[in-house]
Amino acid sequence: MSILDIIMNILAIGVPFSVALLLAALGEMFNQRAGVFNLGCEGIMSMGAFLAFLPPFFLKTGALAPWANLLGFAGAAAAGAVLGLLFALVTVSFRAPQGIAGIGLQMLGWGAAGTLFRHYVGGVTGIGGVPPLPIPFLSQIPFFGPVLFNHNIVAYLAFLAVPASWYVLFKTPWGLKVRAAGTHPRAADTMGIKVTRVRYQALALGGAMAGLAGAYLSLCQAKMFADDIVAGRGSIAVALVYFGRWHPAWILSGALLFSLAQALQLSIQVLGIKFPYEFAVMLPYALVIAVLAFSRRSRLRGPAELGKPYDRETRI
Amino acid sequence: MPSTKRIESLRLEGITKRFPGVLACDDISLEVGAGEVLALVGENGAGKTTLMNILMGLYQPDYGRIVINGEEARFRGPSDAFAAGIGMVHQHFMLVPNMTVTENVALGLKELHHPFHLDLASARRRIAEVSERHQLAVNPEAYVWQLSVGEQQRVELVKTLCFGARFLILDEPTSALTPQETDELIERLKRMTAELSVIFISHKLGEVKALCDRVTILRQGRVAFNGRTQDHTSGDLAALMTGHEVNLPRNACVEACGEQRLKVSALMVRGDRGNLALNGLDLELRSGEILGIAGVSGNGQRELADALAGLRKVESGSIGLCGEEIANRRPRAIIDAGMGYIPEDRHTEGIVPSFSIKENLVLKDFASQRFSTASFLRLERIDENAEELRERFDIRASSTATSAGSLSGGNIQKVILARELARGPKVLVAVYPTRGLDMGAEEFIHAQLLERRAEGVAILLISEELEELMNLSDRIAVIYKGRISKVLEAPEATRRRLGMLMAGLADE
Repeated sequence: MSILDIIMNILAIGVPFSVALLLAALGEMFNQRAGVFNLGCEGIMSMGAFLAFLPPFFLKTGALAPWANLLGFAGAAAAGAVLGLLFALVTVSFRAPQGIAGIGLQMLGWGAAGTLFRHYVGGVTGIGGVPPLPIPFLSQIPFFGPVLFNHNIVAYLAFLAVPASWYVLFKTPWGLKVRAAGTHPRAADTMGIKVTRVRYQALALGGAMAGLAGAYLSLCQAKMFADDIVAGRGSIAVALVYFGRWHPAWILSGALLFSLAQALQLSIQVLGIKFPYEFAVMLPYALVIAVLAFSRRSRLRGPAELGKPYDRETRI
Repeated sequence: MPSTKRIESLRLEGITKRFPGVLACDDISLEVGAGEVLALVGENGAGKTTLMNILMGLYQPDYGRIVINGEEARFRGPSDAFAAGIGMVHQHFMLVPNMTVTENVALGLKELHHPFHLDLASARRRIAEVSERHQLAVNPEAYVWQLSVGEQQRVELVKTLCFGARFLILDEPTSALTPQETDELIERLKRMTAELSVIFISHKLGEVKALCDRVTILRQGRVAFNGRTQDHTSGDLAALMTGHEVNLPRNACVEACGEQRLKVSALMVRGDRGNLALNGLDLELRSGEILGIAGVSGNGQRELADALAGLRKVESGSIGLCGEEIANRRPRAIIDAGMGYIPEDRHTEGIVPSFSIKENLVLKDFASQRFSTASFLRLERIDENAEELRERFDIRASSTATSAGSLSGGNIQKVILARELARGPKVLVAVYPTRGLDMGAEEFIHAQLLERRAEGVAILLISEELEELMNLSDRIAVIYKGRISKVLEAPEATRRRLGMLMAGLADE
């Protein structure tokens, strides 16, 4: 294998790896821009992965079978939105500390998904999953074809979600309200913006995207469900939002960096390069920690009131 | 779309609002007619801001009602108040720093919010119209965090007018402005009364007399006085505001200066944004002298205070305390060298709010021989120390075991002052020592500073209040863009001269 083939391989594996991270991190970006960080992302992804797995598992034949994957995605998004709203109820309305509430949601989602899976499904079972959708002509281009244009439909949509999120955040009234709610909620309030409502909306959207991210893992990536299918990706997604300074383009680059490091470490193992695999597995995580540690933390453009509940009648 | 009907009269009737443990507004009534400017005056905690937040629909009153043009109005939120034509410029600006001026204005203009499109072009047009009509120049594309305080205030005015305000509430609008900017604002407001009614909240009585027809004075949540401004002197109004005669002590400027205590030369320090906030600052302070630092906030005062206390890295230059170099030393070493420090933010830097008063009083000395042996605290000595200082500094609290955070601003400042002065500092840096305090506490703190001066302490007083600087200082240094632009002896420091220097204009 030539060096170019190895690089192509790493990229072609790494790009689809980034999809789940990207969806979850973009969702989390909306949460944080509105002033709420949701550490429960991991739990929502677990629930999403599990619920998305159910329709293809139960509807192998029958009238609805062709729609099973779509149903899976819809169910995962809906459940994610509901969990996001639950989180909003706890942190926005009841003003519970966001960190603790997030850890609670993480355990709830992970535990519930695993328990329900063992009760209704039992052992590990494969499903058909979402097939790849090579884009005609473009997928034939050497090198770039396999890297960029030979993935499933969800991956394409996830990458389109990057400019779409940018547009929503910076060019629509709703995005403006989200940014104001996270940076200076009292100012937003004095201008007639309903901060609580905006935060609920952002958390519902963020939850739905985390649900979709989970669904991607079970339907597109693993084509099965297991307890630990999310494997810390939800937490990585939260870290990527800080890493990406609450901006979609930087979040995309962070997701790619992590995923390519993941693909690289797999290649190191597959190619039989003499390197302790334990260290190879650590590589992507160490990389994220290193970048986070060395990036300057400037809140100038980010949500200054992140993590603080807003109460109109608190005296300043 | 808000109605454009003129507000002929606005009445507040019997407004009462209770917060946990405080009766912020107690049966307050007031009235403003068309084109009238009403001054709302009172000390901190008198209930002015709470009352205005009720008028804006931000707080709901427990009792009382708002009557506009003879009809009762119910405001469930600020949108309702805007719709009625009421707008407010808050003391702490309500602008989102990481958005542009246009975006800030567009945020409140609901008619520009289309589902997938934000009509920034119309917002820009609206800003241009308003800023032309009222001669309020703003740059619509600037990010708010890039603007100075004066510019931000113009943006606030433009924003409020863009929302269609015909009744303007200004909450302490001059507290962060230079004297020139203040005069300009007052002239501008006088012109604007042709179309608007104004409630002007302030505790600076000179401004009140210059601008307002009538004055309502609040004291402890109640209306203490209601009348025409021209019938009363500033002194009368001050007495009504505080409930007693106020005599702020003055520095008699008897020559008492001794040897040099603090010498700062060519000091370079970076601000939070990485800019050089201090750019070659020099100053010199002798014992028995109060040196005032005048300047518009944001010209390097914070960085200077931080650098002196060892809380911020010094890029280059030197700070000598009694001949000992203290630049970039640890705060502990600077404290031991004889530096006393009254920080800008008394809640977060001056005390540990959850600690008791007596613990706060030994924060700098708990590890000394006096208050500990073999790493055990000597509690009885800490108690004695607290009782003694409570008496000497008139700290009003039920017990010295009370948490310091529950005290009023004035008493917190007395705790800090007691801790710093009891240590017998050689140099004392006092940063905005009376900001936000009532006049009684201000009087006490001023007297304390003058007493220490007489004892030979060298005092660096950083303040925005020209009154305070002129009353206390032997010399006044003006800080502008990170340098001392001029040092004036107290007798030559007039308001006008200081104002020019603070604005960066050449001295006459």
